[in-house]
Amino acid sequence: MSLIEQVTDKPWEQKGVIGGLSPEGTFKTQAERVALIFFLIIASVVFSLFMVSYYIRMELPDWEPLSEPAQLWFNTGLLVTSSILFQWARNIVVRNGKSNLYTSFFGAGIFAILFIAAQLVSWSYLQAGGFYLSSNPANAFYYLLTGLHALHLVGGLWFWSKSAIRLVSGGEPKDIRLSIELCTIYWHFLLLVWIVVFAVLSNT
Amino acid sequence: MAYVPLADQDQEMEMHHPHTWVEKYVFSQDHKVIGVQYGGLAVFTGIIGLALSLLFRLQLGFPESVDFVDPNFYYQAVTMHGMIMVVYFLTALFLGGFGNYMIPLMLGARDMVFPFLNMMSVWTFLISVVILMASFFVSGGPTGAGWTLYPPQTTMAGTPGHDAGIILMLVSLAVFVVAFTMGGLNYVVTILQYRCRGMTLMRMPLTVWGVFVATVLGLFAFPALLVACIMMMFDTLLGTSFFMPAVIEAGSPLDYEGGSPILFQHLFWFFGHPEVYIVALPAFGLVSDVLSVHARKNIFGYRMMVWAIIAIGGLSFIVWAHHMYVSGMNPYFGFFFATTTLIIAVPTALKVYNWIFTLWEGDIRLNSPMYFAIGFIFTFIHGGLTGLFLGNVVIDLPLSDTYFVVAHFHLVMGVSPILVLFAAIYHWFPKISGRMFNEKLAKVHFWLTFLGAYSVFLPLHYLGFLGVPRRYYALGNTDFIPLSAQDLNSTVTVAALIVAASQILFFVNIIGSLKWGKKADPNPWGAASLEWQTPDTPPVHGNWGDRLPTVYRWAYDYSVPGAAEDYIPQTVPENEVLAASNDNFETNKNPSPAAI
Repeated sequence: MSLIEQVTDKPWEQKGVIGGLSPEGTFKTQAERVALIFFLIIASVVFSLFMVSYYIRMELPDWEPLSEPAQLWFNTGLLVTSSILFQWARNIVVRNGKSNLYTSFFGAGIFAILFIAAQLVSWSYLQAGGFYLSSNPANAFYYLLTGLHALHLVGGLWFWSKSAIRLVSGGEPKDIRLSIELCTIYWHFLLLVWIVVFAVLSNT
Repeated sequence: MAYVPLADQDQEMEMHHPHTWVEKYVFSQDHKVIGVQYGGLAVFTGIIGLALSLLFRLQLGFPESVDFVDPNFYYQAVTMHGMIMVVYFLTALFLGGFGNYMIPLMLGARDMVFPFLNMMSVWTFLISVVILMASFFVSGGPTGAGWTLYPPQTTMAGTPGHDAGIILMLVSLAVFVVAFTMGGLNYVVTILQYRCRGMTLMRMPLTVWGVFVATVLGLFAFPALLVACIMMMFDTLLGTSFFMPAVIEAGSPLDYEGGSPILFQHLFWFFGHPEVYIVALPAFGLVSDVLSVHARKNIFGYRMMVWAIIAIGGLSFIVWAHHMYVSGMNPYFGFFFATTTLIIAVPTALKVYNWIFTLWEGDIRLNSPMYFAIGFIFTFIHGGLTGLFLGNVVIDLPLSDTYFVVAHFHLVMGVSPILVLFAAIYHWFPKISGRMFNEKLAKVHFWLTFLGAYSVFLPLHYLGFLGVPRRYYALGNTDFIPLSAQDLNSTVTVAALIVAASQILFFVNIIGSLKWGKKADPNPWGAASLEWQTPDTPPVHGNWGDRLPTVYRWAYDYSVPGAAEDYIPQTVPENEVLAASNDNFETNKNPSPAAI
């Protein structure tokens, strides 16, 4: 039954469990996946509100646009690689395969860590160039948005490390299949967020 | 990985049975224990919020003779009262308390989907309350910026608690948002995915619908508060200028430039207005169930009630700027927000009519929960009607900074939800504790609370019309406020003291009944919904014994013609109802001689 059908039911007319009254959840998938989707919506709301604030604040006269370091292109490459490796790991577990799982799964995490490190390097470049947090709102937003994005990635790495430990300590790939699938969705989402943040930062 | 519906899963696999006292009552993963923990903590903060209101009410009522409330403390008390009541008391009690306790029971689940996350939620909430309370003990005390925390005055030297107090408030709110998000994900996923066999979305009791939509609102609205808190924290601690404009403090310019205080207001109210409905929607749901059970009638217009809840939830995101008319805005914006605000009256009025139609020709049992539920209809109509006035820009402008607004929002989102809370606590107390409370004491409690709350808040409307400004420490002597206004203010304070004192009856009743109350029937009100059909009262860990229940009907089969009793529990299949009514018919066919 579609969602619309489900909420237009006339409950006083139907008795019994028959007649399409299924015992299934509203969405035919695991609870963890539904929870992740809701979390992604919440995270999108957080980032969108920051973006709206960014555009409103930008209109005010003291705004001095920040020219982002070119290094961000390199950083983006690191995150794209991380995302691709996650997708690879996911495809392997979905096929119940095992070869290259270590390479792809650990590689994905390591590239994500490299991305965070590279972002910190970009911060230190800006600091060295005199672009401090408090000197201009454009700088403040740069640190805020990149920092928040990195923080989300750190949260993802916590779940990644839990699965990694299980994998190293002899866990079967099928045990961490769901975890890898969800990590992959999360990483693609964070890549998308990063691309939007990057586009906004470099176009303003 | 193949998807296995809940009803077909191996039930014992997921259960984490507690072994020690600590696992059972302290670090428990049982939704019922967590619900009670959430509720207890929320009531504790609520008592502090109530005590603060009495302190500043004393100052307002008797400005000459109250020495211990100085202007700084007055503002701190008002601020903390507002924030505690809205966020830490009402939100936490409705969603954390009732949401946790009711959702799995009403849906026929054994627990929430993620019990560990649920436990983390309540402990994170405790941390946020501790941080909030810590602000009373730091130098400078808690923030006195008003619960809306508007910059720039929040962080300026003239405001009490502008140093440590405001930081602790922002941190506490951020931690609360994290706690709420953990709990909220749980509620939403449990409601969507963990219903028992036969429990379709439209068979859920309205309580679950109210909690569900309110949680979704919370998940989308609290991020705005989080964003505002983070940016204000940056402004305060790291010297950025997101919200802080160039200002001069005590003659010297501060190190800020160009920030937008209005931006903060937009973010705050984008959270703040849905927050009203985060409190109101669970209350709507709970009161619908209480009314229906005690009127022995199905809720009138169930589908409309559900859709109205959804519609109110959706509309609540596009009305926020009606809190900012006095901040100044493009007249077209004002027109837009006034229009959307007034449109909310349509689904809300629909709900009010449906509650009244539910009572119409019902077999009303005037038990104490019903007193509170009907009391709620009164206060909600009164509070809601003044909302229609304030939603218009031209009427709001002169009234916005007067006691009229105080009267409006206290009736509509203070008194009304609290009456529902009392109705709900009395209604479900026999199930939660396994004991009956004292009915007479509960009714005395109702009359004192209901009449007392009216004598507090009705006069405030009149003070508002006179133009008495809110937020002032003392009125002093002015030409436009007659001296008699002060007499009215004193009366209000006396009434507030009486209402507060009468809450002692409630606590005596609840705590006393836990020990001395007579053992409760598993289903003392004859309710049809699932939480009353548990094999044990109070329900034990796992809720349902060996087998999950199967649901054959909606939660509102009351006074069904032909049925043996005036309610049919959700777990009773149709053929059993028919059999029971045939028995009935047989006995009626051979009436005893005495009856003739």
